[in-house]
Amino acid sequence: MSEMILNIKELHTHFFTDEGEIPAVDGVSLHVNKGEVVGIVGESGCGKSVTSLSIMQLVPDPPGKIVSGDIYFKKENLVKVKNKRMKEIRGNEIAMIFQEPMTSLNPLFTIGNQLREAIRIHKKISKKLAHQKSIELLKIVGLPRAEEVMAEYPHQLSGGMRQRVMIAMAMSCEPELLIADEPTTALDVTIQAQILELMQKLNEEKNTAILLITHDLGVVAEMCDRVIVMYAGQVVEQGTVRDVLKDPQHPYTKGLIRSLPKLDEKNQALYSISGTVPRPKMGRVGCRFAPRCEFAFKKCFEQNPSLYSFQNERRSRCFLHDQLEGDAFKNGKATIGS
Amino acid sequence: MNNEERQESQLSSPALALQMEEEIRATSPWKDTVRQLRKNKFALIGFIIIITFILVGLFAPLLTPYGYEQQVLQDRLKPPSAEHWLGTDDVGRDIFTRIAYGARISLQVGFFAVTGALIFGTLFGLIAGYFGRWVDMIISRIFDIMLAFPSILLAIAIVAILGASLQNALIAIAIINIPIFGRLVRSKVISLREEEFILAARAQGMKNGRIIFHHILPNSLAPIIVQTTLGFGTAILDAAALGFLGLGAQPPLPEWGKMLADSRDFIQLAPWTLIAPGLCIMLVVLGFNLIGDGLRDALDPRMKN
Repeated sequence: MSEMILNIKELHTHFFTDEGEIPAVDGVSLHVNKGEVVGIVGESGCGKSVTSLSIMQLVPDPPGKIVSGDIYFKKENLVKVKNKRMKEIRGNEIAMIFQEPMTSLNPLFTIGNQLREAIRIHKKISKKLAHQKSIELLKIVGLPRAEEVMAEYPHQLSGGMRQRVMIAMAMSCEPELLIADEPTTALDVTIQAQILELMQKLNEEKNTAILLITHDLGVVAEMCDRVIVMYAGQVVEQGTVRDVLKDPQHPYTKGLIRSLPKLDEKNQALYSISGTVPRPKMGRVGCRFAPRCEFAFKKCFEQNPSLYSFQNERRSRCFLHDQLEGDAFKNGKATIGS
Repeated sequence: MNNEERQESQLSSPALALQMEEEIRATSPWKDTVRQLRKNKFALIGFIIIITFILVGLFAPLLTPYGYEQQVLQDRLKPPSAEHWLGTDDVGRDIFTRIAYGARISLQVGFFAVTGALIFGTLFGLIAGYFGRWVDMIISRIFDIMLAFPSILLAIAIVAILGASLQNALIAIAIINIPIFGRLVRSKVISLREEEFILAARAQGMKNGRIIFHHILPNSLAPIIVQTTLGFGTAILDAAALGFLGLGAQPPLPEWGKMLADSRDFIQLAPWTLIAPGLCIMLVVLGFNLIGDGLRDALDPRMKN
């Protein structure tokens, strides 16, 4: 097995609000191998962004707090690591890009100014050298007229160009892990494809592992090696992209895939999973998805199923695996795990 | 490969390296601001007004043959004439002379009181807004307590403790203005703290100090500058109020606000005694406001072409 670069174990990140404690991330375990692209999919509010902020130790506190669990980055536990060390890791070893390229650059400074700064935080090099390296980076991310862009302000660039700048900034210290929180959501489709291609290229050339957070299964299909499906703060299914998309195990994943529009079906009403994502709250009994699940039975409302493991690192959190064992899942022998 | 080679050769060529260095310097936001400010006509007018008053204050002894405390009792309340350009006041002092000397005092009061309040208010506001929690609790509650007093009462209390003099009045005015700046900056910081570029800066591993002074402070400058320019006016007026109560500039110092207060009995008999200091206060405040407006526009890259 290849080397794990990120390993999250039983992560609980809760928000303490006036309405009580909200478990935004409720026992998430996942890992990313060296050079691998892993996608986290789920509806808004399922805890994917909070998971990524937890990795960076940037959960807004208050009201958020990592209550328990471990996040191992290589050998270090990021939950326990000292503040000073965390600042060295951020940007240098783990970089992050955000959803809104329009607001993730400081509007008052030129692109060059911000790129040089990003490089010089972690590398003690002269301004001149940083300037050279910035231009190089802008060329790598495919920005035309890199020299001119250096002297321009964020508002003079389009969304796609800004996202390229953000990627250039994130790649400036050649991190081992790049966390991309919905990097293409705010962009139009053609630009989306270009940005994904760029990230793929970086993954291949620099062997940077990518944790891609998205709600777009199309993006996952195109980019990822493995996919993790989250629902209401929990992992409900994971496996290789091919396995999960071709043969989804969990009813929620099935619903997600069925609700994708298909080009070859004309005038078909889109399938939608009825109901809405439940508000996470403490002490919930039963499967989180049960109220919306078409297969739900009595047990689903009484206990929360644990993750069932199958071959090929495949996991799914559903009681159906108990009953239909050997019947619905010809490929895998179900073993109960956490 | 080719690319890298070219860049390396670029670095080794001294002329090109020099050119690049210039480019780096030219993109500094402060340079841009100064360049932008030069283009703004209103800001220029503001600068001219303020510089004129500074020069008048500096060269007061050369501009007038009289002394500011020199009383000629038979020339009381004389209207403007060739001898007395702006007339004389109720004890026969030349008003132009007093205005010229007064420029020194009023500009100093405005400048030091506002600068003091600006520095400490901004610093406390930044700390309270950025770190939040108990730090914010303590600083904000102190601001609340200070704001709960009528400001002039607080100033009187401070002067009463320190002793009546222009310098102490100045300190008092600075102190009562600290919470005004502090709260303004704090609220701006709190909204900025949620911005994605601040999160992005933290995700890059930037240190708190750098984020505060390099990302949050420049982005909160616009309201600070507006408050600063407004503050000049109120500081001069506050100083006048304290002077009126005998707690600020002591007679015969020609402080504009005190001149205004002293001559308010003669508004019908000799309006020039009021008009001159009043107009000067207005002009100085206007000058600072024009500069402030220009500065705010110049600092916003979206206003650049």
